[in-house]
Amino acid sequence: MDRTLTLVQDARPDAAPPQQVVRRRGGIRISPWLFLAPALLAIGVFKFWPTVWGGYLSFFNVRPYLGNLWIGTANFTRALADPELRTAVLHTGIDTVATVCLSMFVGFFLALLLEGPARHLRFLRTAVFLPVVTAMVVVAELWGTLLFPGQYGSVNGLLGDFGLGPFPFLSSPNSALASVIAIQVWKSAPYDMLIFVAGLAGIDRQLYEASAIDGANAWQRLRNITLPGLRPITTIVLTLGVIRGLRVFTEIYVLTNGGPAGSTETTITYAYNAGVQNNDIGYASSIATLLLVVTIIITLLLRWWRGRVEAR
Amino acid sequence: MSYSGTALGLRMPRSVVSRRAVRILLYALVVFVFVMPLWTLIATAFDGVQVQLGQVALWPTKPTIDNLTQAWGFGVGRGLLNSVIVVVVALTLQITVSTLAAYALARKRFRGASIVMVLIMATLMMPEEIIAIPTYLVLGKIANPFSPGGTLINSYGGLILPLVGWALPIYVLTAFMKTIPVELEEAARIDGAGDLAIFFRIILPLCWPALGTCAVFGFLMIWDQYLLPLLVAQSPDLYTLNLVVTGLQSSQDLSEGIRMAAALVLMVPSIAVYLLLQRFFTRGLLAGALK
Repeated sequence: MDRTLTLVQDARPDAAPPQQVVRRRGGIRISPWLFLAPALLAIGVFKFWPTVWGGYLSFFNVRPYLGNLWIGTANFTRALADPELRTAVLHTGIDTVATVCLSMFVGFFLALLLEGPARHLRFLRTAVFLPVVTAMVVVAELWGTLLFPGQYGSVNGLLGDFGLGPFPFLSSPNSALASVIAIQVWKSAPYDMLIFVAGLAGIDRQLYEASAIDGANAWQRLRNITLPGLRPITTIVLTLGVIRGLRVFTEIYVLTNGGPAGSTETTITYAYNAGVQNNDIGYASSIATLLLVVTIIITLLLRWWRGRVEAR
Repeated sequence: MSYSGTALGLRMPRSVVSRRAVRILLYALVVFVFVMPLWTLIATAFDGVQVQLGQVALWPTKPTIDNLTQAWGFGVGRGLLNSVIVVVVALTLQITVSTLAAYALARKRFRGASIVMVLIMATLMMPEEIIAIPTYLVLGKIANPFSPGGTLINSYGGLILPLVGWALPIYVLTAFMKTIPVELEEAARIDGAGDLAIFFRIILPLCWPALGTCAVFGFLMIWDQYLLPLLVAQSPDLYTLNLVVTGLQSSQDLSEGIRMAAALVLMVPSIAVYLLLQRFFTRGLLAGALK
């Protein structure tokens, strides 16, 4: 409330309109920039300033108390030649592609199974959706325990009943990334489900009835009506999934911190360790800047592709 | 098995009963995979018998709140307080700021409106985690008005202010305000209402479904913050619940029960907010991938 009151006062001197306008349309008119000012301030200071500042620091060897040393593009050439960073980027790529594809697949299956207005379906959808709204820290904590390696771990105990395992899960370099991906799919598939449910609701029911009269079977209906009808919404699921994948941090940091043996190191955990553990702020900034450029390019490509799909 | 006369002749006559059985089996499988793990967390948190490391309880035998009270002593209480302070203040500011901006973008014609919209939408391409380290550096350059000589690092301001400007609620509210008929506003203007009167008496009361959407998405976004508090909160007094819970994880001598109890305290508020505001959820679902 305080905020708006000051706005009025600030508004009076410069935004007071000519008398006849007031008489004609009544009331005090306030410049739109005053309404926008708080949001622009927040976004400017905490989104654009860091972005620009990070890009600027990328060209320096940042030395606290000693003053920053301009080193040109050395951080970038170092980043491009850094084999550990390359592995981290590769992991991010694998993680993103695998999580997006699997979440979409599982989410689509869930949507087909749980779509519909019936009360029990609504209840099941709500229940299945709970992992999405559970904080990532809780998810990581919980699955870290459930995937405890060795035969006494909960999941291994369950799999042991079927004669499988025991699996090392997060504790082996061979299976850690796959385990992280499985956990991410568990948390994101229900989100994709809800988007697909919204998409399925938009498909004309009469198409199904008509095709049933024409004698199409379930598979044909899926291929010729459901999938084409969902195409625009699939692009949204993909876009959201890719952005989610590129920014992955919390679950990796909590579950494995990049280990074992760097097998789950992703771009942001690597940048975090470079900046915070090794105190190499300039190098960390250059990695963040590169990742940002890649994110922007991928987002724009996806948007362009979505425009094409939707125009069809 | 009789030929059912479909185009490909693939449809097998299947009894309705077995079909329903398959469906129910699939429901059970899905609930087992997605809900059972969360249930074991609750069961373990209230379990009176200490489970082995890496194991969870399927049912709280000898139910007790001992784990919760012990977890409370390990900083969970303070963490919860900090998280609640951050979420209440940040969400209030986020929604206030977004509503004001959305009013200008949806209702006013002015030069530069499209540029402002592009700038706001561009922030969706700057995920918080990616710009987290530069954000931390920027926070270190801003003086903290409440502690002379200090910066926003290691302060509530540092935990809260970076979360205030978010494109999603601005987008959701702008889109919603555009659907409110202009005639309402014009009628009020003729009656002598100014911008503020229109904003508070006409636009805001009609916006509550969109405000519900912003509340639930904003809450979940703020409640899930991890990297920002990890960088900003340096003294344990400022640790949010997320940090406290992961801090307990690394102390292996604590029982699973205590750690699950701490995780439960972190889990309940976000699930409660979702269940309460569920009907507003779908509107925001697609907004993260705007055009």
